[in-house]
Amino acid sequence: MKLKTLSFALLSLLTAALASAKTIELLNVSYDPTRELYVDFNKAFAAHWKAKTGDDLTVKQSHGGSGKQARSVIDGLQADVVTLALSADVDALNAQAKLIPPDWQKRLPENSAPYTSTIVLLVRKGNPKGIKDWSDLAKPGIAVITPNPKTSGGARWNYLAAWGYALKQPGGNEEKAKQFVSAIFKNVPVLDSGARGSTTTFTEREIGDVLITWENEAFLALKAIEHGSDRFEIVVPSLSILAEPTVSVVDKVVKKKGTEAVAKAYLEYLYSDEGQEIAGKNFYRPRNAAVAAKYAGVFPKLQLLTIDADFGGWTKAQKTHFADGGVFDQIYLAK
Amino acid sequence: MAGNVSTLAYVAKHRQRRSLGDPRWMRFTLIGAALLFAGLFLVVPLAAVFTEALRKGWGAYFAAFADKDAQAAIRLTFLAAGIAVPLNLVFGLAASWAIAKFDFRGKSLLISLIELPFAISPVISGLVYVLLFGAQGWLGHYLAAEHPLFPWLQQWLIARDLHIIFAVPGIVLATIFVTFPFVARELIPLMQAQGKDEELAALTLGATGWQTFRRVTLPNVKWGLFYGVVLCNARAMGEFGAVSVVSGHIRGETNTIPLHVEILYNEYNTQAAFAVASLLTLLALVTLVLKNLVEWRHRRALEAAAASDIRQFAT
Repeated sequence: MKLKTLSFALLSLLTAALASAKTIELLNVSYDPTRELYVDFNKAFAAHWKAKTGDDLTVKQSHGGSGKQARSVIDGLQADVVTLALSADVDALNAQAKLIPPDWQKRLPENSAPYTSTIVLLVRKGNPKGIKDWSDLAKPGIAVITPNPKTSGGARWNYLAAWGYALKQPGGNEEKAKQFVSAIFKNVPVLDSGARGSTTTFTEREIGDVLITWENEAFLALKAIEHGSDRFEIVVPSLSILAEPTVSVVDKVVKKKGTEAVAKAYLEYLYSDEGQEIAGKNFYRPRNAAVAAKYAGVFPKLQLLTIDADFGGWTKAQKTHFADGGVFDQIYLAK
Repeated sequence: MAGNVSTLAYVAKHRQRRSLGDPRWMRFTLIGAALLFAGLFLVVPLAAVFTEALRKGWGAYFAAFADKDAQAAIRLTFLAAGIAVPLNLVFGLAASWAIAKFDFRGKSLLISLIELPFAISPVISGLVYVLLFGAQGWLGHYLAAEHPLFPWLQQWLIARDLHIIFAVPGIVLATIFVTFPFVARELIPLMQAQGKDEELAALTLGATGWQTFRRVTLPNVKWGLFYGVVLCNARAMGEFGAVSVVSGHIRGETNTIPLHVEILYNEYNTQAAFAVASLLTLLALVTLVLKNLVEWRHRRALEAAAASDIRQFAT
């Protein structure tokens, strides 16, 4: 009798689990710092979609280091859309599993990057170590926090920004840049797998003198952490990199699930006025000129390198720096 | 003369006690160090969990559980434990019965296999399932193969669109794997110590195999079994590493309680993270109480059995 009730309870639990999986929904697999952005955006888009079609829509979110998330989608995580930190990670879905066509980046405006950001430095209030620019990070005795470029997209932007800074210095060349970046990595006590992990290492565990991070992540830390603006401050370096997080529909998944239309509309809505407004509010730099002008006061103006003009595009940068045996491995393994 | 002997004996006894015992300061230092250690590593963190969870009052504490994603995480954790624990109870009981009561070839190999999950890092256990069932793993390659071994099986699997990793089945599988040894590890030494005399007696008195198992073997190990189940359940609900690898971290769908705690912490929502963590802490406390209760009952049962043996012997 008892066994019967128990197995009945188990069975009903199981069917409940299976039934709830059948409701139509989108899964957005994203990188680490976009949690708050997509909570806001998903609400806005669900309302928009309801008004347009009458359908109820829930968008589920999954977050982690950008490279790790791409790996999960390649391994079978059923993402309808990916919104990752850089195009190389989205490219991997094509290169390694043929989940998307090779020309995916041409399907949406602005190279499929609906918002941009850059890399800044976050230091403790009052800047006790007097950190002003990238060159200060290579000095001995400074503890630098950055995530692992192998798993985190933000970390790759961090790395390239530092590399670009060294190149642009008088007399800068590849060899000097390599020395400069390896001096910075000698100062890194922990490599977390994603940007948010590094932020909590710096802010909650209070390790390190400076955090290299996304501009949006730095602004959010000041806002979302208790007494954040009393405990930390942002240092804008003399030069940084234009970070372009890219988005794509995962063709193979949406075709199977029959969610192609809504997934496409979801990404297109990122470019709408409302979508751009939400990006601006969450400290991402909007692409739309009118919305960008509105938020011009928020974002500091600084010289920005671009991945295409200064590093020959992500495919090349990925291969040179972050592939197995690449420059990062040479630097880090020699540490 | 007699008085002398007893005085000598008294002095000797006390000398012995003093020389056997440690000096007073040493005893106090040792006890103090042990208490300090227990306080620092057990009581302080425990208290910290609850103070942080209740920092914003009871309202905020319960609000953390009212959240839809938190409830989904709690449901999923109970589902995974609800499947893993009964299965491991049956597997563990069957395996330890076979190992303790029978002799066969490959017995030590079987014991090693049962203990395997203890020896492997949980992250590796999770990765094994990704390699087996991932889209780039064996199952994925089989589904994508143009000339598969059994075309009907491939068709059936594709039509069912069954997902194992990054879905509930993967989480259940990973939980079963990491909690596999708990029941068996508890029962094997117990059953081996009890030996098979009682079973043999039951068989000679004409009991069937099933009767022997149900009336003799099972009652003898019931407290050990219960203890194993309690430990198994605690681990099933608290497992992080293996589940994290196969979860895919979809909020409200494939996050268990430990994963949800990590997410809340990463979203700077420290109070809610500790509130949900306090649930796991409470579970640990309940486990501890149950464990002590079981040990106490078990010892009493043993003492009662010994006493009745002595009485029987006396009469």
